[in-house]
Amino acid sequence: MKADIRVALVGNPNTGKSTLFNVLTGLNQKIGNFPGVTVDKKVGYCTLADGRTAEIVDLPGTYSLYPKSRDESIVFSVLADRSNELSPDLVIVILDATNLKRNLLLYSQVADLKIPVIIALNMMDMAKKADINIDVNAFAEKLGVPVVPISARKTEGIDQLKQTITFANKIALQQDSIDVETIAPQLINRIKQDINIDNTYFALQLAHQHETLTFLTKQQSEHIEELEKEYSFHSQKAQGAETIARYNFINDLLYDTVKQKITAEDETLSNRIDRVLTHKIFGFIIFFGILIFMFQAIFAWSAYPMSLISDLFVWVQSSLHHYLPAGPLTNLLVDGVIAGLSGVMVFIPQIAILFALISILEDTGYMSRVTFMMDKIMRKVGLNGKSVVPLIGGFACAVPSIMSTRTIENWKDRMITIMVTPLITCSARLPVYTLLISLVVPNKNIWWIFNMQGLALTAMYLFSLVSAVVVAWVMKHLLKARERGYFIMELPVYRMPRWNNVLHTMYDRAKTFVIQAGKVIIAVSVILWVMASFGPGKRMDNIVQKYKQPQFVTLQRTAPDSVRRMIASEKLENSYAGMLGHVIEPVIKPLGFDWKIGIALITSFAAREVFVGTMATMYSVNGDAEKMESVQQKMHSAKNTETGEPVFTLAVAMSLMMFYAFAMQCASTVAVVYRETKDWRWPAAQFAYMTVLAYVASFITYHILR
Amino acid sequence: MRLSQLKVGEKGTVKEFTDLEMSVKLMEMGCLPGEEIRVERIAPLGDPIAVNVAGYQLSLRKREASTIILQ
Repeated sequence: MKADIRVALVGNPNTGKSTLFNVLTGLNQKIGNFPGVTVDKKVGYCTLADGRTAEIVDLPGTYSLYPKSRDESIVFSVLADRSNELSPDLVIVILDATNLKRNLLLYSQVADLKIPVIIALNMMDMAKKADINIDVNAFAEKLGVPVVPISARKTEGIDQLKQTITFANKIALQQDSIDVETIAPQLINRIKQDINIDNTYFALQLAHQHETLTFLTKQQSEHIEELEKEYSFHSQKAQGAETIARYNFINDLLYDTVKQKITAEDETLSNRIDRVLTHKIFGFIIFFGILIFMFQAIFAWSAYPMSLISDLFVWVQSSLHHYLPAGPLTNLLVDGVIAGLSGVMVFIPQIAILFALISILEDTGYMSRVTFMMDKIMRKVGLNGKSVVPLIGGFACAVPSIMSTRTIENWKDRMITIMVTPLITCSARLPVYTLLISLVVPNKNIWWIFNMQGLALTAMYLFSLVSAVVVAWVMKHLLKARERGYFIMELPVYRMPRWNNVLHTMYDRAKTFVIQAGKVIIAVSVILWVMASFGPGKRMDNIVQKYKQPQFVTLQRTAPDSVRRMIASEKLENSYAGMLGHVIEPVIKPLGFDWKIGIALITSFAAREVFVGTMATMYSVNGDAEKMESVQQKMHSAKNTETGEPVFTLAVAMSLMMFYAFAMQCASTVAVVYRETKDWRWPAAQFAYMTVLAYVASFITYHILR
Repeated sequence: MRLSQLKVGEKGTVKEFTDLEMSVKLMEMGCLPGEEIRVERIAPLGDPIAVNVAGYQLSLRKREASTIILQ
């Protein structure tokens, strides 16, 4: 879409910036990538009072233009670099009216870059309640910029804000806040001259940030470095001096324009809520209650829509098979592409539900309390207080959980959480475990109440949690931190969740997943389908020929199903996947696996639960894969053709479970890790370490139990 | 006296910092020399702590709080 004017939204976290963005743009948004960082580029469109279109760019929330993380550095790059593709014509700085002092720091920095600015004074309703009286006219006059009081939650003042955008000046008219030049006069002047820029504050920022800014050439950056040495510029001291000067300016401004009744030691509602929610005992009880609830929600509530989606796709597949002419092209479309699409769509309920809950936790302010309470334990193993949510979500599904790690601001903590979340026993492992456990663990009770199969399953769940913690602890020592580990975090006051935002988040996340991770998942599922359906040379034809022989034709008449199953099983064995199963047999033999299991390992790479279906085909089970009991019987009686021993001994079944516990047998997770880290090396490293762990664990298990 | 030594409900005025890098971040968050700071609560496990400063609530680890010297 072509826009007439580009507007950037800038503000502190928790100021209602994304609410304002949603109110201004509605569903007319698109999500893209900023190069090199993990935050999404959110752009939306808004029609102005005079019919022109404004492109609104939502920049990451930040407390200052000095970035604490790579993601925050985007804000300065977009605002200051005139050649940036998103360089705005106008900036809206959104300020929380109940917390003006700290919010104004960012404003004063942005204003000094001399881009036309509008202030959106948000949460005016809350400010009134708190008896904060802001003289908006005096405020605007002192700063020299338009100030629009709004309440983004109640959509008050939005029309006026749009008016103000429409008639905004094309040149910056704001008053200077501080005398920037006095911070480093000679250095600033030299940078201005040598790099050829006219803005004083931009020049000072270059002195601070030149090492990480991508729009400077190497020579420019090195030149600035030399200049800094020449004038003995100390970045942190200069930054401290600047911050103090800015707060002096802000204190003067607020003294003249804001009257606040002193309600000094008054116990706020937020404080009273906190006394319960961060209580030594109740705090944890409530938190674990919420976690169990979330787990239940993604596990149980999503089951119904998920089966609805997969039933719909089964119906579509069978009707397409019925109406389209039979042939390889139809098979590719129906069994490859549409089956892959089904594999993508089936995640939507889980993603939507998890993100609805997470956005409620974030919106209300509870998520920061979770970090506050859990920080001490989680820090010990290299995780973050906020890692708890993705880890528990991982018991249902790693895909939405990994997407939810973006609430973790610290880069290293987030990466470790992403790396270990797929180790948690997800719902796709459940059918595999159930099948294998029921095969080798007797269905007996011990001590009256504990079912042995149930205990075995519980052990697998606990084991996964322990392994995630251990791996996280190891990674804590391996991974180098990109930024120093701060924990200086705002605890926002409790607020009611904004239901509109909740819906937006659900829609946003589901859409991003389908569009960005979906491509990979469909590609993988098509490749796997081709591998399982085609074989080299004339092998497939030979099978078809074989079953045209008289003895099979008569059998076909009496037992068509069993012939069909025999063909399917023989075809799979002779397909590329089947051959690959034979090829990898020497590698997986030390784990106790034969080539049939090898085939199942390959076909279940798209999704773990496919293991059960493949086993059904391999052992030509009656009916469909749903009939777990019949798969079990067949596997139980399966004998090794060479030795005559049963294939699925305790050692093999346990070894196989260990393999599934550790191996990254999930194309969707690989795709989503790539999507969240925006770097192929992360999913590659994850795949490698998990496969190695799986191999080692299976090997050890098999050899101990044999 | 350091911020980390205050008990819940006690307050003090920020005087200076012992860690330059940390001080820059703290000042950005409104925690400046001359500001009054009050300990609101301590996390259930003893760390981090929550303080009231510049009109809002900020949480920080004890190790970070120990870099703030009070008057």
